[in-house]
Amino acid sequence: MSKKPVQKGNQVETTGHSWDGIEEYNNPLPKWWVWIFYACIVWGIGYSIAYPAWPGIKGATAGVLGFSTRANVQADIDAAAAKLAPINAKLEAAELTEIANDAELSAYAVSAGSAVFKTWCAQCHGSGAAGAKGYPNLLDNDWLWGGDIESIHTTITVGIRQQADADNDYLRQSEMTAFGDLLEAEQIDAVVNYVMSLSGDAQDASKVAEGAVVFEENCASCHMEDGTGDRSQGAPNLTDAIWLYGGDYATISETVVGGRKGAMPAWNERLSEAQIRAVATYVHGLGGGE
Amino acid sequence: MAILDKHKILETNATLLLIFSFLVVTIGGIVQIAPLFWLENTIEEVEGMRPYTPLEMAGREIYIREGCYVCHSQMIRPMRDEVERYGHYSLAAESMYDHPFQWGSKRTGPDLARVGGRYSDDWHVDHMRNPQSVVPESVMPKYGFLEKKKIDGKYIGDLMATNAIVGVPYTEDMIANAQADFMAQADPDSDYDGLLERYGEKVNVRNFDGQPGVSELDAMIAYLQMLGTLVDFSTFTPDASR
Repeated sequence: MSKKPVQKGNQVETTGHSWDGIEEYNNPLPKWWVWIFYACIVWGIGYSIAYPAWPGIKGATAGVLGFSTRANVQADIDAAAAKLAPINAKLEAAELTEIANDAELSAYAVSAGSAVFKTWCAQCHGSGAAGAKGYPNLLDNDWLWGGDIESIHTTITVGIRQQADADNDYLRQSEMTAFGDLLEAEQIDAVVNYVMSLSGDAQDASKVAEGAVVFEENCASCHMEDGTGDRSQGAPNLTDAIWLYGGDYATISETVVGGRKGAMPAWNERLSEAQIRAVATYVHGLGGGE
Repeated sequence: MAILDKHKILETNATLLLIFSFLVVTIGGIVQIAPLFWLENTIEEVEGMRPYTPLEMAGREIYIREGCYVCHSQMIRPMRDEVERYGHYSLAAESMYDHPFQWGSKRTGPDLARVGGRYSDDWHVDHMRNPQSVVPESVMPKYGFLEKKKIDGKYIGDLMATNAIVGVPYTEDMIANAQADFMAQADPDSDYDGLLERYGEKVNVRNFDGQPGVSELDAMIAYLQMLGTLVDFSTFTPDASR
């Protein structure tokens, strides 16, 4: 501005513009604001040199400090893993049945296993491990595939009814057959009544005898003649009044007609051996472990 | 500051003002827009990524329709707690075929970026019908109505063609067979060789909801069960400066 008239009566400059006689003060910005503004510019330049910032044809500048979120997370994970490495190695080397006898190791396994359980298992088995319809209760002493720590460890490792291959040694595969097409409706009605009678009262006691015959011919090969089940085939005990899907007439009919093939993922794909051993120890210690 | 005092020349000359305004906008525009032309370089190359199958694509549309992203994110951030809970941090390549992406920033429910294979199909059916039956603490609403709505994938080919326009590598073969592939993926008794040939051997072909026919729930579970399972991390070496 070539001309900056100062208004009479005070010492503030105007911008020199005049529209219809209206003029505008040109008050300077507060100094503290101006200096913070300049400092921000300097900081911005420094930051874009120090940290990844400017995009280019082949990628962004890496920054002279070498900052990388990926390297940071890897360092965090490595640091945690290094801290736990000795006890994890001990856990992996230990005999499963001996873990409980080593106070330090079992204390670690139970608390690490509890964390693994809450992250990976609680969605189906419940945060308290009491299960839900179709998802076994892990607190009681009724086990489908065995309740000693080795069986629990195997079950967690290979899962239940995953695609049968060498990875899982073809273990934990057999499933409840759907008898809907194999038996007559009267036979199913009878065998359901018989199964109910094993642990309580049948809906129709007159059909129990007929059902016993059907049971012996069709069910006993897995559930055993006395109905106590066979853990090598995951066939549940039918005499203990503990039901995975339900023990009322309608649910047992549904099971017999449609079969059951509840599945569990194979955790060796997602968890380390130490984590599997920890959570096996935790589950074994919940109360039902054998 | 002599040059700053010269702006009166611009303020009093409309043509010059126009030219210099245009220059300023051009510089600003280049700084903001030009990097987008090289956006591809932010996506690292990984093994295993493929476009969604027609059924998964339909599931994704239902996921968006029901607003699942309002409570579920699909991005595992590079922090130890996230990686230990959800799995490997998400890569840009994993959402490169998403239009729009489902990263999200709200986690009323857990992150779903790697939910694929984590639960059984039965669990998903139970959980959709009544989330509290398997997770009593859950605040998720019930989505049982999905299993009642049968769908036939009549228009899924159109959606794939639209995605192809914005760069998803759907071939003409994939688009032409969209409806057949759509039906085949939910029926393990069907002839699904063409589906596997087009989308890879790892595609899940199952009766996801356990009921005859293809329902919205089939599509939704097919989508959830593939989430985060595509990239082969055994061949992945992270590039540190990303």
